[in-house]
Amino acid sequence: MSDQRATLADWAKPNPVTDNRSGLIGKAVDRYDGPAKVTGTAAYAFEVETPSPALYGILVTSRIAKGRITAVDTASAEAAPGVRLVWTHLNIPETFADPEGKVGFAKTHFPLFRDDRVRFFAEPVGLVVADTFENAVAAAQLVGFTYEVEGPATSMDTALDQGEIPTGDPDLEMGDFEAAFAASPVRVDGIWRTPVINHCQMEPHATVAWWEGDVCVTHTSTQVLKRSQVYVSSTLGIPQDKVRVFARYIGGGFGGKVMNHWDLILAPLAARALSQPVKITFTRHQMFHATVHRPGVTQEVRLGANPDGRLTAISMMTWSHCDSAGVFTEPASRFARNLYAAPVRRMGLRRVRLDLPPPGPLRSPGEAPGMMSLECAMDELAEQLGMDPVELRIRNEPESDPETGKPFSTRQLVRCMREGAQRFGWDRRAPVPGQVRDGRWLVGMGMAAAVRGSAILPAKAGMGVDADGVVTLSQAMTDIGTGSYTILQQIAAETMGVPLEQVSVNIGLSDLPPAPGSGGQFGAVTAGSAALAAGMSLRKALAQLAAEDPDSPLHGGPAEAATFQDGMIAIGNRSERLSALVSRAAPDGVYREAASGPAADQGAWDRRSYGAQFAEVGVDTVTGEVRVRRMLGVYAAGRILNAKTARSQLTGGMIWGVGAALTEGNYPDPRYGSFVSQDLASYLAPTHADIGELEAIMLDEEDPKANPLGAKGVGELGIAGSPAAIVNAVHNACGLRVRDYPVTPDKVLAHWKSNPLPLAARGRGVR
Amino acid sequence: MKPFTYERAVDAAQAVRAVASTPGARFIAGGTNLLDLMKLYIEQPTHLVDVSRLPLAGIAATSEGGLRIGAMATNSQVAAHPQVRAHYPVLTGAIVAGGSGQLRNKATTGGNLLQRTRCAYFYDTTKPCNKRIPGSGCSALEGLNRNSAILGASPACIATHPSDMAVALVALDATVEVLLASGAQRSLPVADLHRLPGDTPHVETDIAPGELITAVVLPPPPKGAQAYRKARDRASFAGGLASVAVAGGQVALGAVAHKPWRASAAEAALRAGASPREAMDAELAAAEGHERNAFKIDLVGRMGVAILSQNAEDRA
Repeated sequence: MSDQRATLADWAKPNPVTDNRSGLIGKAVDRYDGPAKVTGTAAYAFEVETPSPALYGILVTSRIAKGRITAVDTASAEAAPGVRLVWTHLNIPETFADPEGKVGFAKTHFPLFRDDRVRFFAEPVGLVVADTFENAVAAAQLVGFTYEVEGPATSMDTALDQGEIPTGDPDLEMGDFEAAFAASPVRVDGIWRTPVINHCQMEPHATVAWWEGDVCVTHTSTQVLKRSQVYVSSTLGIPQDKVRVFARYIGGGFGGKVMNHWDLILAPLAARALSQPVKITFTRHQMFHATVHRPGVTQEVRLGANPDGRLTAISMMTWSHCDSAGVFTEPASRFARNLYAAPVRRMGLRRVRLDLPPPGPLRSPGEAPGMMSLECAMDELAEQLGMDPVELRIRNEPESDPETGKPFSTRQLVRCMREGAQRFGWDRRAPVPGQVRDGRWLVGMGMAAAVRGSAILPAKAGMGVDADGVVTLSQAMTDIGTGSYTILQQIAAETMGVPLEQVSVNIGLSDLPPAPGSGGQFGAVTAGSAALAAGMSLRKALAQLAAEDPDSPLHGGPAEAATFQDGMIAIGNRSERLSALVSRAAPDGVYREAASGPAADQGAWDRRSYGAQFAEVGVDTVTGEVRVRRMLGVYAAGRILNAKTARSQLTGGMIWGVGAALTEGNYPDPRYGSFVSQDLASYLAPTHADIGELEAIMLDEEDPKANPLGAKGVGELGIAGSPAAIVNAVHNACGLRVRDYPVTPDKVLAHWKSNPLPLAARGRGVR
Repeated sequence: MKPFTYERAVDAAQAVRAVASTPGARFIAGGTNLLDLMKLYIEQPTHLVDVSRLPLAGIAATSEGGLRIGAMATNSQVAAHPQVRAHYPVLTGAIVAGGSGQLRNKATTGGNLLQRTRCAYFYDTTKPCNKRIPGSGCSALEGLNRNSAILGASPACIATHPSDMAVALVALDATVEVLLASGAQRSLPVADLHRLPGDTPHVETDIAPGELITAVVLPPPPKGAQAYRKARDRASFAGGLASVAVAGGQVALGAVAHKPWRASAAEAALRAGASPREAMDAELAAAEGHERNAFKIDLVGRMGVAILSQNAEDRA
């Protein structure tokens, strides 16, 4: 447990991961869980086999956004074929609010069905459990709720003055912004708006639960096993050690499964009431309202600069909506505290309460929507200055964190931009918009910076080796499709000096040593650092075992000099196979646990991952459709643990950037308080056809001040800035600045109504 | 979905008899739209008669020099058929602009014509919709109506017909052959198949319950170039914001009305020597936008002008 108090000096020492003698770290290793997934043998929560036949639960959701339930009629549902139980707020067994209020971002969820109030559209207000999924769905239609309807508040822009400052997030004020801005010779001043974004995970939230005596067993779709365990135990009022949460495979999380929902409580409750396993899944339609989403964000960005491009004053204030009792605020302006130098700075966050479903984190909360304004404002500033956008950013590169003055652990933003510009052919970009034509398309290039934090959180892990020499890594970690299984396999193999095939990764169960799960792009470095620590502890134990075993060729050797390679343990030129040692000296296996976490002196450094995004788009001169032709991201994110899974994370983020820039958004109908898109046909996530050439380059980097692995997160960096690069490319193609996302054809056509097409687009050949 | 009974038809005559004699019965072929609607309780058939295995999937030349496409031919089969590609490229273009590859592999020619609107309020059963519940009102009229109709709409309904294929068929002067419950057959132009909403938007076609589309018949291809162009928010698997089908001098517009819209006024203007711009202006003189969809008037006009101008250039 000594690693809890590790220092940067400890991290700077060589370790098996940084030595990488077998070359497994960074290698493009195929996914550990790949074969199970592509052969359909990986059981997701809803598919897990139950010890006895399961019943099926369906949530009944409110048909209104705000009001009161005045009458409930469950008689026909209760009489429907196969129905075993119908619950509403009138008859649900008692549950408890989470005492610390920390479990859900939306505290309105707890306890369940607590009263007759409806707080948002499609809020779960009832549960039907039946013998089959079909009977449950059919009976759910028969539950009758009568409502007293109140008009929902759905417009953030008419309520900006009611924005609350979130607790613990005071505004940053450095200098007199208004005065400095007014005195700046060059200024950009604008309002950008990003809409509600839905997670659209392939796997909906789902839980299957049963009871083994007084132990509640759940299989659920979660990013954080321990949080789920606490949620179940506190809401049901039972001890934590009586709750087992499994999540072996998770079909996408993206932040939406950091918190848990009704399925995870109702399934155990119903299973207890009916003495039978119960499965509950959200329907696809319910996913759009009854879970969480990225809130809409209104963003005011004001930049003041000198004619040489140096920023004199920078302000970014952002407003995001939240439900009536929730605590989530999209931290959309937080990254701006760090990104560019400017002596006078003002940043702030505001939360506006609306009668919409509760928002929550979605991939790169803050940077993802926030960089869609600031990085476009920088492009506008560069245009005003007649300066290259890359050069403008280089000119405003800070030497240390502009807010705290802390030195950067590593910061290769400039190198990312230079390398990206060179690889992308940025020098071929025409500085004046509307100059490049390809058939019916106007073509343009844009770029933006990318930044995202890199945290390491406290975690534990267990590493064991059995008599066959098989190394098992055990951890209450999740793999939400990111590659956790695979990088843990690599770290375990490299640390213990065994081939990949000799490693078993046991994650996805709350019984195991705790880890904070997947989220905030801290997952890989946090879980991986704990795995390394556990491996070091196991190495020490094995070395002692060998040194003290008279039958070992290593007997009597200095244990601290032991090395591990090719499945062997060696001291000097004496060695034996791990399997030989363990089968002889500890036939039940050797297992050690260890912890890791932030270094004691780590806080003196500013640690983030950086990147540069480049995009080339075509704008159809007839229809105003925008299509991405090429995208390149160049990233500096510390040591890359797996070139393949890291690249997939980065390109996946870039693809989501295409959606954020061009296609995605959900919009509340002000009359009903409901979002208009409620399925994957009408909510437009990008398709294959929307993605052109796509490449992610990872620069060589190690950041020993980030964690013992020298790695940093890549899960969220790819979406940061990529939408802005696309929108800046739209401007370069046709001269249009859209500040209301996404950039859809109607907005392009509206621009062309008042601004004639650029010269290049006129005349023959328009098709 | 609501429980229902199911039978697999062995021949077309038996299929129409079965549907005609069973209250609440419906045909099912590819099911790509019907099953979605059943899961949402928007469609609640009591009985399904599966016609997907009927021998109605053939595509063959007609003695008039046209092409007869069986109603059970899948969208993928029609789009890829050599005769279609060679002589009716507007049809191939329209079909591949619709849905996704997986949907086109399942969806049939007859079913494509009878698919229902994608209006979001039609799909949200918590909202008024005159199509779902006649007399309940139209939520789109004052709502988020960016995708709604600009031509031929009514205060009762501003939904659009979602088919791309049907737009090309209307431009090609295609007809449908229909088998009646009595065993008799009739045929009608695709252009007359779908209705405008009027005050009965829940009645979408002139096909009576129990009548089965057995084929689509294409006349010989018209002289002149053919093209299909669709504008949409994303590059695939998205309904059109607007589309234009041109086959020689025949023009149809899609995603702008409750039915595939034959642009008769534009055609007449072109025949009278008008420019493409004048022709589209003539067609769109009666177009009416709502709060969020007025851009579609501009959009479909620009698309029509571009495609007609290109055809004119190609002729020159």
